[in-house]
Amino acid sequence: MADLRVTLAGVEFKNPVIPASGTYGYGREYECLYPLSRLGGISVKGTTLHERGGNIPPRIAETPCGMLNSVGLQNGGAEKFIKYELPNLAAKDTRIIANIAGSTVEECAELAAMLNGTAVDMIELNISCPNVKQGGAAFGTDCTVAGAVTKAVREASDKPLMVKLSPNVTSIVDIAKSVEAGGADAVSLINTLLGMRIDIKTRRPVLHNNVGGLSGPAVFPVAVRMVWQVANAVRIPVCGMGGVSTAEDAIEIMMAGASAVQVGAAIFRDPYAPVKIIDGINEWCDQNGVKSVSEIVGTVKPY
Amino acid sequence: MYKQGLYPIVRKSASAKGIFDITVLCPEAADLAQPGQFAQVLAEGFFLRRPISICGIDKAKGTLRLVFEVRGKGTEQLSRLNVGDNIDLMAPLGHGFTKAEGKAVCVGGGIGVPPMLGIASEYGSDAVAITGFRNAAAVILQEDFKAAGCDTVLCTDDGSAGIHGFVTTALEEHLQKEKPGIIYACGPTPMLKAVAGLAEKYGVRCEVSLEQRMACGVGACLGCAVKINRGGKEAFLHVCKDGPVFDAKEVVFDG
Repeated sequence: MADLRVTLAGVEFKNPVIPASGTYGYGREYECLYPLSRLGGISVKGTTLHERGGNIPPRIAETPCGMLNSVGLQNGGAEKFIKYELPNLAAKDTRIIANIAGSTVEECAELAAMLNGTAVDMIELNISCPNVKQGGAAFGTDCTVAGAVTKAVREASDKPLMVKLSPNVTSIVDIAKSVEAGGADAVSLINTLLGMRIDIKTRRPVLHNNVGGLSGPAVFPVAVRMVWQVANAVRIPVCGMGGVSTAEDAIEIMMAGASAVQVGAAIFRDPYAPVKIIDGINEWCDQNGVKSVSEIVGTVKPY
Repeated sequence: MYKQGLYPIVRKSASAKGIFDITVLCPEAADLAQPGQFAQVLAEGFFLRRPISICGIDKAKGTLRLVFEVRGKGTEQLSRLNVGDNIDLMAPLGHGFTKAEGKAVCVGGGIGVPPMLGIASEYGSDAVAITGFRNAAAVILQEDFKAAGCDTVLCTDDGSAGIHGFVTTALEEHLQKEKPGIIYACGPTPMLKAVAGLAEKYGVRCEVSLEQRMACGVGACLGCAVKINRGGKEAFLHVCKDGPVFDAKEVVFDG
């Protein structure tokens, strides 16, 4: 049994595997299969200040080795999260990462402040949602704005702050440096890549939003590349995600520089994916004489 | 509560052109299943699971029966599975039909017919199955409804079998003769809308089973949204968790 504990932004996780925001709700739908205490943590469904109804369906399109989604941050709002979901999650013996998204800088700060003094272990500031008109990726594609919104949240919050980055930029390294300068304690990447599918019979996009975020194994090599670039450019830790489906994928993205890993779309194929990845990492460590999984972080030997 | 795993196919047949009928031995899932719920199955080489309605539940034998239409490459892949092959299945999922007092009318159109068999079987001779198909070659499950003790009314679009016409015409004729306790319906959206309209006109409770492009199947990703008016407020609920069965009065068909 290897030591699977990892530390991210000063928070210790019992293992490096975290279901990604928007793919796991608040964990309720998977508890009948295995205890949530198996997980390193849960990044909960993106929470906004007020309730959001989400985008008009269809919101899902299958792609080769992946999928598009345009859910549009449907959620019950911060108050409901704090009142109904957080007490339930707090009893599950797993780290709680609150994913928050605001449509203005002030809203992001207000959301973060609402979580002060709660059971939340870490904030994941989403500046990369491709499916909303205001905020979202509009914050995450401009260095100045990304730095400013990070700074505002950092000042409003007493929690460790991770900022979730968009891959839909010219230089994710520059954005990462800006949020680091703004006071982020960690970065998580990558959010989905903007994509589109068209039904050639009807000549209509499959998604009613026309475009949506691509996830799944199709994006994994892009995620590995971006994690590697960012990990080499900033001093704060990186939480890696994007198409991670197996223990080998998790180990690969950790070698690229990720201190912990989020698992998303893989859960739709196999609801046991997070626990299979945890068990697989442990097995791999044992077979390869790795005593502590954190030893492998950033150990890729580039040419 | 649902189960996920690899389960063997114990029976397979082709019911009509492009329609496959498989029975899967999955006692833990069968034990939990209710009519109107669905399964999510994996097709090798495809990323997302395919939602397929549960057509029959045999708790004694521990089996679920799934009848599906080949609509694309994923379902084509599933149609190649044979008896003895394992299928990766998550079931039972969603919220099924609720049973009502009195007689039931089960209205199915095309590949919307299979989920009607499960609920019709619960009523036996107290159910009438009004089913519609494109033509005689597409007709499925008529003997199964009869074996369950149900009356059957068969309609085809071209008149090549049964009545020449739509299920809604047959439904209205039936409602003029007697008032059932409930109407269940599954099929294309225009059919469901028309059935919901008739249910309202004749003052009969109606439940419809809906479809939407789906990812997780359990209510986590919020992908399979449908517009529902509950308590005077319109909101996007989700086919996989809140449905697939909804009270017809709540469904915003033009949403």
